[in-house]
Amino acid sequence: MSSHAPVHEDAHEAHHGHSHGHEAGHGSLKSYMTGFVLSIILTAIPFWLVMGGVFESRAITAVFVIALGAVQMVVHMIYFLHMNTKSEGGWTMMALIFTIVIVAIALSGSFWVMHHLNTNMMPMSPEMMKNMP
Amino acid sequence: MIDTTEKPQFYLTEEHHPEGSTMLGFWLYLMSDCLIFAVLFATYGVLGRNYAAGPSPADLFDLTLVAINTATLLLSSITYGFAMLQMERNAKAETLFWLGITGLFGAVFIALELYEFIHLIHEGAGPSRSAFLSAFFTLVGTHGLHVTFGIVWLVTLMVQVNRHGLIPANRRRLMCLSMFWHFLDVVWIGVFSIVYLLGVLG
Repeated sequence: MSSHAPVHEDAHEAHHGHSHGHEAGHGSLKSYMTGFVLSIILTAIPFWLVMGGVFESRAITAVFVIALGAVQMVVHMIYFLHMNTKSEGGWTMMALIFTIVIVAIALSGSFWVMHHLNTNMMPMSPEMMKNMP
Repeated sequence: MIDTTEKPQFYLTEEHHPEGSTMLGFWLYLMSDCLIFAVLFATYGVLGRNYAAGPSPADLFDLTLVAINTATLLLSSITYGFAMLQMERNAKAETLFWLGITGLFGAVFIALELYEFIHLIHEGAGPSRSAFLSAFFTLVGTHGLHVTFGIVWLVTLMVQVNRHGLIPANRRRLMCLSMFWHFLDVVWIGVFSIVYLLGVLG
């Protein structure tokens, strides 16, 4: 068994040498530029909305900023990180979905619990706040 | 003991995707890093409005500086993409050139962030001023540390590529750093949207 190892290693290396064409994660110039242009647009719009004060309502601006940020994250995932459902036999996508679920639970759970804690706490006056340690 | 030296081997004892497992493993690392940032975002989300009678994001943040910062990180992402395309073409000099440009953009990003941090601390808005500022410095500082280590990694790989060329091991390393670098850009989208833009919005 052990005497076969070096031979196998060579075959391994040879495989390495020509295998990089068909594995996951390579973009073309076109896909990189598409992602780049899209992310410039998706970055510029929220900055313009906030700096230019386009909408009267803060809530509408906030929704746009969050939505555009989410879209830009997806754009980066597809065009820069080359995510797709097939790479690594679908395992990268599985790991991503699992992470998103965990992140969603951690974020929404934290906000939910802390919001309730805030609203159920005793009200505090500015004077009390000043005397806090 | 069975003498196996003469026994022919008709099957592969290893998995048949030698490069793939590294990339999947690195992806899993990035996902765990994602959890760290998620927890820091949650902390910021909970504490971000507790100013302790101190300055609020609208008082502190200069969105023009943040826009420049965002632009440098975005540009460094596309230049890293160019480096990967040159690596595909087996062009060592061009790969090194684009990696160098990427490192420069990363360094500008870190310099601007350090300038912002020093400016804030000089104004008396250091991490110990309020819960909001503690959460802010932890979240943005962790991202900045990641970028700093990314630059260290980038310089190391530039030396490696320069010395050994675009050998399979270096290609694998460059692809891992590519994922790391683009991942940090994705995290920065969350930072500038949630911390800076929504912060200034009030």
